[in-house]
Amino acid sequence: MDKLRHECDVLVVGGGPAGLAAASCAAQARLRVAIIDDNPHLGGQIWREDQHKQDTPEAVDWLKKVRAAKVELIHGAKVFNHPEAGLLQAETAEGLDELSYQKLILATGARERFLPFPGWTLPNVMGAGGLQALVKSGLPISGKKVVLAGSGPLLLAVAAYLREQGADVRLIAEQAPRHRLAAFSLALFRHPRKLLQLITLEKQLQGVRYLTSCWPVAAEGNEKLVSVRLRQGSKTWNLPCDYLACGFHLVPNTELAALLDCELREGAVGVGDFQETSVAHVYCAGEATGIGGLELSIIEGQIAGYAATRQHEKAQALFGARRKLRRLALRMNRAFALRDELKSLPQPETIVCRCEDVTLERLRTQNSWNSAKMLTRCGMGPCQGRICGSAVEFLFPWKPGSVRPPVFPVRLESLASISQGLEGQR
Amino acid sequence: MTSAVFDVAIIGAGIVGAACAAECAQAGMRVVVIESDLGGGGATSAGMGHLVVMDDSEAQFVLTRYSQTLWNELAPQLPADVEYERCGTIWVAADGEEMAEVRRKQRFFESRSVPVEVLDAKALEEAEPNLRKGLAGGLLVLEDGVVYPPCAARYLLEKAIACGAEVRMGQPAIEATREGVRLRDGTRIPARATVNAAGAWSPQLTPGVEVQKRKGHLVITDRYPGFVHHQLVELGYLKSAHSLTSDSVAFNVQPRRTGQVLIGSSRQYGVDDLKVEAIMLHRMLQRACEYMPGLAQLSAIRAWTGFRPATLDKLPLIGPFPGAEWLFLATGHEGLGITTSLGTAKLLADQLLNRPSQIPVEPYLPARAKQGAIHA
Amino acid sequence: MPETVSLSIDGVPVRVPAGTPVAIALMASGRTSFRRSVTSEPRGPLCGMGICYECRVTINGKPHGRSCQIPCQDGMDVRTDG
Repeated sequence: MDKLRHECDVLVVGGGPAGLAAASCAAQARLRVAIIDDNPHLGGQIWREDQHKQDTPEAVDWLKKVRAAKVELIHGAKVFNHPEAGLLQAETAEGLDELSYQKLILATGARERFLPFPGWTLPNVMGAGGLQALVKSGLPISGKKVVLAGSGPLLLAVAAYLREQGADVRLIAEQAPRHRLAAFSLALFRHPRKLLQLITLEKQLQGVRYLTSCWPVAAEGNEKLVSVRLRQGSKTWNLPCDYLACGFHLVPNTELAALLDCELREGAVGVGDFQETSVAHVYCAGEATGIGGLELSIIEGQIAGYAATRQHEKAQALFGARRKLRRLALRMNRAFALRDELKSLPQPETIVCRCEDVTLERLRTQNSWNSAKMLTRCGMGPCQGRICGSAVEFLFPWKPGSVRPPVFPVRLESLASISQGLEGQR
Repeated sequence: MTSAVFDVAIIGAGIVGAACAAECAQAGMRVVVIESDLGGGGATSAGMGHLVVMDDSEAQFVLTRYSQTLWNELAPQLPADVEYERCGTIWVAADGEEMAEVRRKQRFFESRSVPVEVLDAKALEEAEPNLRKGLAGGLLVLEDGVVYPPCAARYLLEKAIACGAEVRMGQPAIEATREGVRLRDGTRIPARATVNAAGAWSPQLTPGVEVQKRKGHLVITDRYPGFVHHQLVELGYLKSAHSLTSDSVAFNVQPRRTGQVLIGSSRQYGVDDLKVEAIMLHRMLQRACEYMPGLAQLSAIRAWTGFRPATLDKLPLIGPFPGAEWLFLATGHEGLGITTSLGTAKLLADQLLNRPSQIPVEPYLPARAKQGAIHA
Repeated sequence: MPETVSLSIDGVPVRVPAGTPVAIALMASGRTSFRRSVTSEPRGPLCGMGICYECRVTINGKPHGRSCQIPCQDGMDVRTDG
């Protein structure tokens, strides 16, 4: 097993927009900065490398800045443990990386929230971001019938992208009611960039059916998806499709922060004005601090990068922009809030935990996350509760438990590995 | 809710408490079980669930064998989620010295009618192809098995409830007197007798109970059906469990019915927090990979810890607490709580009901320490 | 780097552009079900970002490979659960 040690002053975990911005700004202080990401390419999810088109200019720009600043780029490395102060362990295909740092900036991003409903485990039912990621990596989508369902602007962005790649987007089903969305669009007038984005999306989606107060009640098919059953008000109907892309918002990836004992607030990493967490020398930026979109992620990344390297004035200069974007994010999250009706979508026999095939009715016999884990094994599989966790917390009033290493499944030999420092103490 | 007095209040719904509750309730006693957490939150939800006969001492053998017989009788009734498997244990010998120990164990067990089989190097390799080459052999104990402890504890608790036992969850018991139990929120639960089955926390309820926390680490892998077939334990395990002062690890691997591989074991003294420790994981996993090199490449999905409730003489405390004839202990089972839960329940109920026991109770009586029986 | 790579999926030879994730090679060749769940349900990719573990296949004899994260390589042997 290969073992590599990296030493830096500032370590950024996550190579998406927030991470790139943080690293680039931290590097202005002429310290050793490194970014670590588990994907083969930088960009995270939203700036994922695309087979079909060029990276957006903004992404290209940040990537250039980061390379020009000689930031060390560590790809394909999955952070899984924090064995001692100032040290992270990450697993690679060949072995193990040890990362020693003075300051840490967590830019771990977010993942999609999946809500269970009958048939949601059928092949070709995927996350909205998930389907987009696969298409970006080369999945043929031209001529395929796609239905998007769930909630949030991500559905529109994904629908527009898929349409551009030749997909036949049959419907976008948004669970939020029209009046809430209308109120939110008015708020966008104070954010010209966002408004422009919305108008652009609307143009790209001309002719695509967009329904509000609409959600999937079942995915149908035998060995794979053939159609989706939808509901709007008292009406339900079937729509044949090849792919169902579901997304019920994003949830922050807080596992590494929790392992480091950072305080969490409402499922996101709690941060102060300078993006500092409750743990000394640890900062957090981007979606992991709360879902707020691309622009906010970049601003927060910049603030964290400056703050971690004592460039406080530069950080403070961005506070105003951040305040404005956070206000908008708050309004957006309220506008698209998930309705209670979605709690009744899963039936007793609907699988909630896909790793262990635990159904809703088995979960209903439990009264806490802990007992559910112990007695049904929900959340105890390889996804470590990343898929079922947010659904369970939506369906039940349970608090999540503590996080232990490994933060991701790793080879046993990686978990068995200790740093040279600890080796000496044995 | 009636104001009638319970015959017995059992503190702790881990597997020992649950087993005692089931036994007492089945015998017609009015039982209440008091659990501060969620039932099985201590060693029961952390441990391996290995049902094993041990030959550390005659008393340990008698209790584990008695209990194992009870488990084997219960097996047909156990629901699927208890995952009972009679997979057997192989005590693995690395060298000639350990093979001598294999033969000693063989004589010990055979003279007590426990079916065993000595495996030479070739037979060991056939039985467990993923063990490293060059091991000397082992002892297969055929009637050992495994269960999934949280569901086993729940099964026993539900049995108790079906026989009329009541369960009070969510509040810890903070005082036990001859009148009964007082909970943290002030509620008093009247009971003629109280059983402290609080495992690692028993000294908190009953000062003077000599039970100490002995921390252990575990790791579980993703599903690899067929990777290992028996519970495998190195003979050095005994040296590890014997040590009373230093931290130790031993090769101890279990096949779960899911196909996951459960890896232990480690023992630490004087550690009061449940954090996963890098050094202990390192030592434990390294030891495991020494015996089964293929483990290194398997995907490890979770690591956790738990506190075993350990006594000084490695035998549990089952019986009345000296000086308080209404207070009984059923605790201190160290790493054998799952196995001996059923035997413990019988012995405890026997003493509560003044009925004869199937095995001698003297070695497990709390009063033994006062008699200077064994003191390390 | 070669333009395409050639691998085998359940014994059937397949050629894809270099860098294509195994999951895409599987889907492009018509497979929707990559594995069976613990109660034998057919399962395929869900999250597209390596966290759901639904897209697992056996690659070169090694089980639990997350196909959405692993690029195809020449001579790779991929086995699904059916």
